[in-house]
Amino acid sequence: MLAFVVRRLLFGVAVVLGVLGILFVLFFQVASPDDIARRALGEKARPDSIEQWKANHGYDRPLWPWQDFEDNLLFHHYSTMLSFDFGASDVDGAPISQRIREGAGPSLALTVPAFAFGLGLAVLLGLFVAFFRETYIDTTGVFLCVLGMSVSILLYIIAGQYLVGKMLRWFPISGFDADPAVLLRFLALPVLISVLSGVGSDVRFYRTVFVEETGRDYVRTARSKGAGEVRVMIRHVLRNSLIPILTRVVLAIPFLFTGSLLLESFFGIPGLGSLTIDAISQNDFATLRVMVFVLSMLFIIGQIATDISYALVDPRVRLE
Amino acid sequence: MSAAIEVEGLEVSFPDGRWRVSILDGVDFRVEAGEVLALVGESGCGKSMTALGCMRLIPKPGRIDRGRVLLDGRELLELPVPAMRQVRGAEISMIFQEPMTSLSPVVTVGTQVVEAIRLHEKISVSAARKRVADLFARVGIPDPAERLDAYPHQLSGGLKQRVMIAMALCTQPRVLIADEPTTALDVTIQAQILELMRELQRETGTAILLITHDLGIVNELADRVAVMYAGRIVEEATRHELFRQPRHPYTQGLLRSMPALVAPGEPLHEIAGTVPPPSDWPAGCRFVDRCPRAFDPCAGPAPDFQMLGRGHSAACHALAAEPGE
Repeated sequence: MLAFVVRRLLFGVAVVLGVLGILFVLFFQVASPDDIARRALGEKARPDSIEQWKANHGYDRPLWPWQDFEDNLLFHHYSTMLSFDFGASDVDGAPISQRIREGAGPSLALTVPAFAFGLGLAVLLGLFVAFFRETYIDTTGVFLCVLGMSVSILLYIIAGQYLVGKMLRWFPISGFDADPAVLLRFLALPVLISVLSGVGSDVRFYRTVFVEETGRDYVRTARSKGAGEVRVMIRHVLRNSLIPILTRVVLAIPFLFTGSLLLESFFGIPGLGSLTIDAISQNDFATLRVMVFVLSMLFIIGQIATDISYALVDPRVRLE
Repeated sequence: MSAAIEVEGLEVSFPDGRWRVSILDGVDFRVEAGEVLALVGESGCGKSMTALGCMRLIPKPGRIDRGRVLLDGRELLELPVPAMRQVRGAEISMIFQEPMTSLSPVVTVGTQVVEAIRLHEKISVSAARKRVADLFARVGIPDPAERLDAYPHQLSGGLKQRVMIAMALCTQPRVLIADEPTTALDVTIQAQILELMRELQRETGTAILLITHDLGIVNELADRVAVMYAGRIVEEATRHELFRQPRHPYTQGLLRSMPALVAPGEPLHEIAGTVPPPSDWPAGCRFVDRCPRAFDPCAGPAPDFQMLGRGHSAACHALAAEPGE
């Protein structure tokens, strides 16, 4: 077990190094240090102030080791990232770790409840339609799922803001507040929309898993010893379906951190969703690489957690 | 005296496009307490469906159309669902063909047997576990106390089938249905499991409905034999009588295709043709297209059962036409 985790972590380090390298190569294919400086200083900046900015921010080094092995941008990139020295934004000089700390709260306040409610609802509905498999309840359920999946999230957002926010006035249309009581009212609508827009595909997935399990021999055995259908679904089918469920769930967790770009921008939530997109559009290499670095680490931790959770729910799985 | 279990005119059908195809067409048999009735026939003749029908566990979208299943004289097909649940596992138990997949892979075998007990009796988990340990010892599982906490994948096929037997017998049912209990096992393990079943039956007096396609197992275990073909029982007799003097042409064909019963050097018999699928079953006698003795009446209505002696009966037009019997 410990050996497994250590080995997977070592692989993970290699993967993160690779991701950082690919990011570096791709970024500097598209933009040069001059572009970064010009973005920060404005298009009309004088050449000497651009040189000055590059010198201040360390971008006056050559890019590649073969140009200057002692002092180059690639090695510098790796050493700052691996020492977790995230630095300041290239565009406005704001400290990046502080910005992530400030954005993580609002992002997670939206994504975590949406994820938890969505998961619970999807599993329950999945069990429900699987319980009524091959009846009109099942058919209607699957039809509604496909319908829900087919509607763009933009429509959910606009229709939700119009109906719930403007016509019914149940919740505010958009905004954010630090006070938890007020925040609840602000978050209700985006959470609801997030759950609604995702529940269709989730229910279909869980239904498939459950229906497949209900056909198995051990389910017949459970029935033959006198277990009722509800007990069969919960004690036997759900328990045996945990592996496919966990695969989907644990791998989704790292992405909670990145926030939901569309929901955050429509509902005015100051989260992390826009941070990455802004960094890309503004050539903000310093911010972009931190977001990529953090996400790739979370993703690898998520994968290791998935493997460990397999071993916890399925006695046949050994971590070696 | 009413039999432990008695099935009368059981009919089961499955939908096939717009029609329902009948796969069991009037199955009758009875098993007395302490008796082993073997239900024999080729794959697809409806043996397993008969077993599942007795438990009211016909998989959807199949359904029981007609018939009666009497357990000690009590009609099971009319019981409300919760009452039927109380019968399953308590008064009728079932052992399945595939011990590998018939146990839940993520729960210890002890817990699974404990569940079977606690579904029917108010008893604490620890008391149930103790009883399961005793049961495991009785069905010949070595180190029973430790095996309680084993997962199915940690046990061999033979041990898993012993667990299934323990699970089926934990409530001392009146009737045990064993659906090909040894088919998935090695030959040596088969013999052990059969021996175990015979021993337990002698001790408990449970009625056993043994479903198999293996006439060797019939010879080992059965008191009486019912031969099934294409959704109907075609011949029924005591084991001794059936092996000595099979009367129905299908039974005769089956016995003559058994290597152990054919003299060395003689060619092994085979029954011409294959079992037709349920949608193509002939209206009259269903064996007519493969029968060496088929004659005019066979195309007509299905033959009735002829009593051919004590406890021996068969449904065949050719037998009805024979004089003096």
